[in-house]
Amino acid sequence: MVSIEARGLRKTFGKTVALDGVDLTVQQGRIVGLIGPNGAGKSTALNAILGLTRCEGELKVLGCDPWAQRDRLMTEVCFIADVAVLPRWMRVSQALAYVDGVHPRFDRAKAERFLDRTTIKRTSRIRELSKGMVTQLHLALVMAVDARLLVLDEPTLGLDLIYRKSFYDSLLNDYFDGDRTIVVSTHQVEEIEHILTDVVFINRGRIVLDCSMEAFETRYAELAAAPEHVDFARALKPIHERQLFGRTYLIFDGVDRDRLAALGEVRTPSLVDLFVATMSPPNAQTGRAE
Amino acid sequence: MSTLSDAAAMPAAPRKVRPFYWSLRRELWENRAVYLAPLAVAAVVLAGFLYGSSALPREVLAAAVPGAPRAALALHIPYAAAAGAPFVIGFLVVVFYCLGALHGERRDRTVLFWKSLPVSDLTTVLSKAAIPLVVQPLAILAIAVATQLLMLAWSAAVLLMNGVDPALLWSHLNLPLIWAMLPYGLVVNALWAAPLYAWLLLVSAWAKRTTFVWAVAPWLGLSLFELLAFHTHHVWSLLNDRLFGGYAEAFSVDGRGQVPIESLSQVDPARFLANPGLWGGLVFAAAGLAACVWLRRTRDPI
Repeated sequence: MVSIEARGLRKTFGKTVALDGVDLTVQQGRIVGLIGPNGAGKSTALNAILGLTRCEGELKVLGCDPWAQRDRLMTEVCFIADVAVLPRWMRVSQALAYVDGVHPRFDRAKAERFLDRTTIKRTSRIRELSKGMVTQLHLALVMAVDARLLVLDEPTLGLDLIYRKSFYDSLLNDYFDGDRTIVVSTHQVEEIEHILTDVVFINRGRIVLDCSMEAFETRYAELAAAPEHVDFARALKPIHERQLFGRTYLIFDGVDRDRLAALGEVRTPSLVDLFVATMSPPNAQTGRAE
Repeated sequence: MSTLSDAAAMPAAPRKVRPFYWSLRRELWENRAVYLAPLAVAAVVLAGFLYGSSALPREVLAAAVPGAPRAALALHIPYAAAAGAPFVIGFLVVVFYCLGALHGERRDRTVLFWKSLPVSDLTTVLSKAAIPLVVQPLAILAIAVATQLLMLAWSAAVLLMNGVDPALLWSHLNLPLIWAMLPYGLVVNALWAAPLYAWLLLVSAWAKRTTFVWAVAPWLGLSLFELLAFHTHHVWSLLNDRLFGGYAEAFSVDGRGQVPIESLSQVDPARFLANPGLWGGLVFAAAGLAACVWLRRTRDPI
């Protein structure tokens, strides 16, 4: 089943093009990482999916037009925009009561159980909590909702390493069940690499890479070329080249691994390396740092 | 097993929710001054009354002397203050409440949290508009009546201890009139001021900063322009009428504040309902709230 279906999404702010014809299909049960540099259009794309921004083009989320039916959509979609959006004046108990009162799919007992594992007091105001605790609270609220789609926009921005790690661990262990779909945006690629089933790179409002992690492993290869084979390897049209400790590393898209193996050591590039390779301006990609 | 069957039952029968009710609760959690400020000022009125009540037996006896209307009228003052002071303070609070209602959530980006929940923009705007139009008038009614009842009970006790019959006081206080005029006045004022609240909410949904200036400046500018260009002051009169006309509408015989209402038979809802200003204002208010819904949908956090 398709969770998100976007065709030709376009959005401009004055003369700035935030989305420049985005096509995206997300199947149910996937964990999709939307990865791009700052200002690439990640948030605009997510806002469009959530019905917070109007876009040109076609967009269906869980079969709804998000702009026209935001409130209906939100019974089945959860999102954490970033951690700082919980109202600072609110008490933890009020947040629980309010979400319980307006959300048909909220399971308060579940949220309470999750909070019991933290040091958060029900009587505290949100302004009294640390940023990490606010994230835990927000996560507790969101995870207690029986939603079909969870959208996270830079959910761990400004958090220390321990909270970031436990955030994604909770998400995988307590929330993801194979039926739910998660779309998470970040520019901290290495942090989410291990949890994704699919990866989408976005740059300057365009999708520059969209593939599953399985396909990623067969499609992309990084060669640490033996010095005598570097020129030969370059002839195979790498998409990126860099020098490290006197060795040349080349990243290839869709080149047979057996062929590369003869030229040096081959491995699957990390998302970070591929991210850099795809995001670098064209001249930097072919430019050779001697 | 139970979790499995629960999970299967969930999508079939989602729980009943009350988004409007909880949105109201949420507004009152955040803006406790909506009822606390009238309550505080009522407490001040009550304290003043208690402090001065030692003179009450003398005042009641003075009012009993025939041909002392002034003294009889003076007995009313605490009861008028118990209603009027919460009323005026409540109005001031609610003006600033409206100016912040759709602005604050954009400024602190909490609108992203509110919008992540299945509550429509219409529900949100209506719940915010209901605070000045319904919730606060009800709170003021309760506060004023409670204060007046405490005053009456205390007066009876003081009079009895001084050997004065409390019925003497009650004969001077027109309690049916007071308690009929209070809800009537609250309804009239809420309806009369509806366009004002809608305007303030509209500014709060639209302006990026300095909402108060945006709320006031256009009207002052228009008034000034009109005065200089045409030597008339229609805009100014309109503003004045909207700000203070509600009291005159509710509490005077002619609706212009000339002759105060002194008996129930003088209350004339039909005259108020026949006032085109009322209906024009309500149309303006409805249009303003519709614009608020649209703005809340389209405006980004600041």
